[in-house]
Amino acid sequence: MESEILVKQRQVVLPGDVMAKGIDYLPGSGCYRDGDEVKSKLLGLVKLKDRFLGVVPFSGIYNPRSGDGIIATVTDLQNAFWILNINSPYDAILQISEGVEEFVDLKRTDITRYFDVGDVIYVKVLNVAKSKSITLTMNDHRAKKLIGGMTLKFTPSKVPRLIGKQGSMIELIKKRTGCQIIVGQNGIVWLKGDDVSKAIEVIRMIEKEAHTSGLTDRVTEFLGGKDVPEEEISDCECDEECDCTEEENCGCLDEKVEENTEGGDVHE
Amino acid sequence: MSKVGAPEKLIIDGKRLDGRGLEDFRKMDADVHVLKHAQGSGMFSFGATKSVVGVFGPRTFHPRRLQKPKEATLRCKYFMAPFSTEDRIRPGHSRRGTEISKVITEAFSSVVIVEGFPKSGIDVFIDIVQASASTRCAGINAAAIALADAGVEMKDLISSVAVGKVDDTIVLDVGKAEDNYGQVDFAVSTIGGSDKFVHMQMDGVVSREEFSKMLSLAVKGCKQVYEKQKEVLRKKYGGESNE
Repeated sequence: MESEILVKQRQVVLPGDVMAKGIDYLPGSGCYRDGDEVKSKLLGLVKLKDRFLGVVPFSGIYNPRSGDGIIATVTDLQNAFWILNINSPYDAILQISEGVEEFVDLKRTDITRYFDVGDVIYVKVLNVAKSKSITLTMNDHRAKKLIGGMTLKFTPSKVPRLIGKQGSMIELIKKRTGCQIIVGQNGIVWLKGDDVSKAIEVIRMIEKEAHTSGLTDRVTEFLGGKDVPEEEISDCECDEECDCTEEENCGCLDEKVEENTEGGDVHE
Repeated sequence: MSKVGAPEKLIIDGKRLDGRGLEDFRKMDADVHVLKHAQGSGMFSFGATKSVVGVFGPRTFHPRRLQKPKEATLRCKYFMAPFSTEDRIRPGHSRRGTEISKVITEAFSSVVIVEGFPKSGIDVFIDIVQASASTRCAGINAAAIALADAGVEMKDLISSVAVGKVDDTIVLDVGKAEDNYGQVDFAVSTIGGSDKFVHMQMDGVVSREEFSKMLSLAVKGCKQVYEKQKEVLRKKYGGESNE
C-alpha cells in the first residue's frame, strides 16, 4: 500500500480532515489514526516532521506538562502548601518544601509571609500525574514572586508566537515599550511599566494574527518602524511558529518553548 | 387529519409554501466566534431559525459527583429564548429542552474526544434565538462549529438536517408550516457528511420505502450542511496556508 501525504506544512485543517493515507505516516499531537488514514482532531495549522504529522491548534486550553514555566495566582492556603490557579482545568499545589528554600517551623510561622492569596508567581511545573494532580516548584532560576504589575490572558497555543524565535518578538516589544513583560507558557502574561497599554495592544494584535506570516514586520511597524538593526528578528524560514533553527527543523515545539521562555524573562 | 388554521395544500406544483423546491434548503447562514467571552462560539441558521452556541472547557466540572475520574464530561444544554417564538416561552428548563439536551449530548459524545482531561467538563450551551422549525438541527450545526472554534479535540464535525413528509411528499429542511401541519418531521445528524448516524428523531407514520428515501435525502442534506460548516471555519482563518 502506497502511503501518501495530503496536506502541506502550515495548511489550515479542520477536525476530521484527512491528512495522510497509508501506514507510513504517524499521528502526532492533534491527530488520530482512523483505519488507513491520519485525521486531524483540531482546528489549526499542520506541522510536518519526517513521518510525524501534527496540528497546532488556533485555540484551546492550557494542558500542563512538567517543566513548563508558568505564571500562577495563589487562590488558597493550607497548612503546608498553597493552591494556585494556573489557567488550566486543574488547580496546582505548591508545597512549602518546594516553595521556600529556608527551614520553616510551621508551628510558629504564618506561611502568608512567603505567599499570600492573590500573589502572582512565576513558577515551574514539577510534575503532572495521570490524574492531573499538579505540583509546582520554585526551584528554578526564573521562579519568583511578581510584585505589582498586571496580568492578562493570552491563547496558550499561540505563546511561542508571542515569544518569537529565541525570544525575539517579546524582546522587541519590551525594548520598544519599555515595559517589563513575562510570558508564562500557560498563556498568562505579566506586564509592568509606564506604557502598558501599548504593549497590551501589540500583544492582542499578535494573538489575532498569530496564524499569518510576516507578523514580525507588522509588529515592528506598529511599534514605530525599523530603527534598530534586528537580524535575530528575521522570520525563521522553516516555520515561524515553532521558533526553531533550520538544523533542528520543525515539530520540536515542546522542547523549544521552554528555552524560549528564557527570552521572556524580565528585561532589566 | 387537519388542524385549525392549516393551509389547504403545503405543496403546489412541486413548489413549497415559501417557493422552495422539494430538495432545497432555506437560506443557510453560519458564523464562527460570534461571542467574545465564550471560549468558542458559533452561529447557524436555516432561514428564520437561528441558533447561537457558546462552548466552555475543558474546565473544572460541577457538580463534583458527576465528574468522571478518567475523562471529561460532555454536557450540552439546549434552551429556547423566551422571544424565539410567537408565544413567549417560559425561560429555563423544560421537558422538551431536557430531552433535546440529552440527545444532543449523546450525539456529540461520539465525536468529542474526552480522554486526557480527567475530572473536567466541556459545557456546550445551545441557545435558539429564533425558532422556525429544525431548531435542534441548527443547534447541533452551530455547536459543531463552536466546539471546533474552542479548540476541543474531536474526531469530526457533526452536521444535522430535518427531512419531512408533507402532503405525502418527501421534503428536505422542514419549514415552520410544514412542521406544524405536515405528516412527518425527521431530524438526522451524521458525522462529517458521511452516512454514520449519531442522532435520529422522528414523529409521524412512514412506510419502509419512505423511510429509506428520507434517510438518503437526509444524508445528502447533511453533506451540504457539512460543506457550509467547513467553509465558514476555513474563512475565519482566511484559509491561509502560507506555504
